[in-house]
Amino acid sequence: MRAIFWKEMADHFGRRRFVLLFGLVVMGTLWGVLVDAGQLVRGGDGFFFLDLFTTNIGIPISLLTFISLFGPVIGIALGFDSINSERIQGTLARVLAQPVYRDAVFNGKFLAGLLTLTIVVLSMGISVVGLGMFRVGIAPSGEEVVRLIGFGLVTIAYLAFWLALAMTASVLLRNAVTSALISMGLWIGLSFFVTLGAAVLADQLVPVVSNTEEALRHFNIVTWASRLSPGALYTEAVSILLDPIGGRVLTLLAVAPERLEGLLATPVSAGQSLQLVWPHIVVLVAMAGALAGISYTKFMREEIRA
Amino acid sequence: MSNELLVETQGLVKEYGDFVAVDGVDLRLSEGEVYGFLGPNGSGKSTTILMMLGLTEPTEGMVRVCGHDPTRDPIAVKRQVGYLPENLGFYGDLTGRQNLQFTAELNNLDRTEARARITELLDTVELGGAADQPVAQYSRGMRQRLGLADVLLKQPRLVILDDPTLGLDPTGIEWLLSMIEELSSQRNIAVFLSSHQLHEVQRVCHRVGIMSHGRIVLEGTVSELTAQSRGAGFSTALEVRGGSGLRDALAAIEGVSSCEQTGTRISVESDRDVRAAAAAAVIAHGGELVELRSENRTLEDIYLRYFQQA
Repeated sequence: MRAIFWKEMADHFGRRRFVLLFGLVVMGTLWGVLVDAGQLVRGGDGFFFLDLFTTNIGIPISLLTFISLFGPVIGIALGFDSINSERIQGTLARVLAQPVYRDAVFNGKFLAGLLTLTIVVLSMGISVVGLGMFRVGIAPSGEEVVRLIGFGLVTIAYLAFWLALAMTASVLLRNAVTSALISMGLWIGLSFFVTLGAAVLADQLVPVVSNTEEALRHFNIVTWASRLSPGALYTEAVSILLDPIGGRVLTLLAVAPERLEGLLATPVSAGQSLQLVWPHIVVLVAMAGALAGISYTKFMREEIRA
Repeated sequence: MSNELLVETQGLVKEYGDFVAVDGVDLRLSEGEVYGFLGPNGSGKSTTILMMLGLTEPTEGMVRVCGHDPTRDPIAVKRQVGYLPENLGFYGDLTGRQNLQFTAELNNLDRTEARARITELLDTVELGGAADQPVAQYSRGMRQRLGLADVLLKQPRLVILDDPTLGLDPTGIEWLLSMIEELSSQRNIAVFLSSHQLHEVQRVCHRVGIMSHGRIVLEGTVSELTAQSRGAGFSTALEVRGGSGLRDALAAIEGVSSCEQTGTRISVESDRDVRAAAAAAVIAHGGELVELRSENRTLEDIYLRYFQQA
């Protein structure tokens, strides 16, 4: 498996696809430059480095939204042709004629994709934070560091889901173009239409919102329905992690909505936030695992004809 | 040649839904032997090969390759067997040498040892000069030779070549055949050669099996097969100049069943070898014998005869 892993790593970094990855890192970093840092420091909630990711002051959309919408492209780009291109090239039969287990081929490719994702996410996060430090001259607090690490992990899990999805497509579909199109279609469908559909569904079920109870029902329907979308799941989890004060509202909504009244704008601890997003992480990882499982069973018993 | 069986299959069946691709194939291949696997397209040759390597599962029947079951223990089989697939592919952006290095890593070969072996093999297959060019720039023949180096890298006991001469030019084919002969005679590597190139198979193979509709319909050494087909009669072609009453004279030879003349060419069908008698008859009747040729000596005749009848 080592041999396959390193070969894939070399492929990811050696090819033109790397330009895409690099471009995304650069764009992410630009966000850190374009954000109105002065205003963030003056008017912010004291979590400057977290706000860097969630604010949209001075930029069209927040960095967080940017990642949740376009991050999947990285996962898809790394995985959509991983198996079928080898099949078309005729290298798959040759590789599988060597004494390697089939799962080693699959796992090696998945792990290489995962490590590449991790490198992209880390370099982007570190550049944004580093640039922020450079611009305002303060260092992130321990609390912020913990939250940022959690943010990184959720982001990696989110992108890994898309990698698994694209690799599944590459096992099931013989043609790399079809597989790319299907993955992209699922990306658009799950990212945009599910949230749209969730709003429509909530409007249908709770057409009039006149009191708190109805507002809460409306809100719950939107939240639960949009959780079908990994993007929404991700955004929700990350908002809680990166927004200690707003996150408190969500925490209370989830556990004790009656106490929302008279809420003071005080942050929750990083530990509590993590506890709250734990289910989200588990679901993301489980979905990625389920997809990997499907392609795995298909790939393991399949006929490999040259 | 020792008698250890490298390949043994019994009643091997592969069905795709209602379609039976391989229908009870029994094969045996001993160490150092060259086996020619013939048959028209779609007769189940490649499927049989895939089952021998565990690249597809048999519906029924038994396969043993190098003493292991390829479905249950594919790794043990693949450690000892080199396989050159029909549509051989390499990573086009890597050089020939890098492609071989990757194979060496997949086989867990020692790095320094592998490096030396790769250089040696690249020279053997006459790719020493192009070793550091990307494979994308290789010609068909060069890829095929790289494929052979790739197969030999793990020092196999058995090499399975699926239609290796496809798309090669005559020199390429000649080169490949002499390599096959060398593998068998000097390195004691058994070769399982699937091919359409009949006279080539005839030249290098010790034994031949002919597949049709998923079954082996004829099997044996080339001389056994020619002897078998002799039972169906001999045909002899003559080209003569001059002479008179040659046709009748030839028809009168004992054993001749028919005799036809078109211009200077006469073809004679008989139940035994009548070449000597025919030559004598032509000369006795004042003809000049320009050419005399027995027509069903080649595998091609047997093959064509079989599939024309079928």
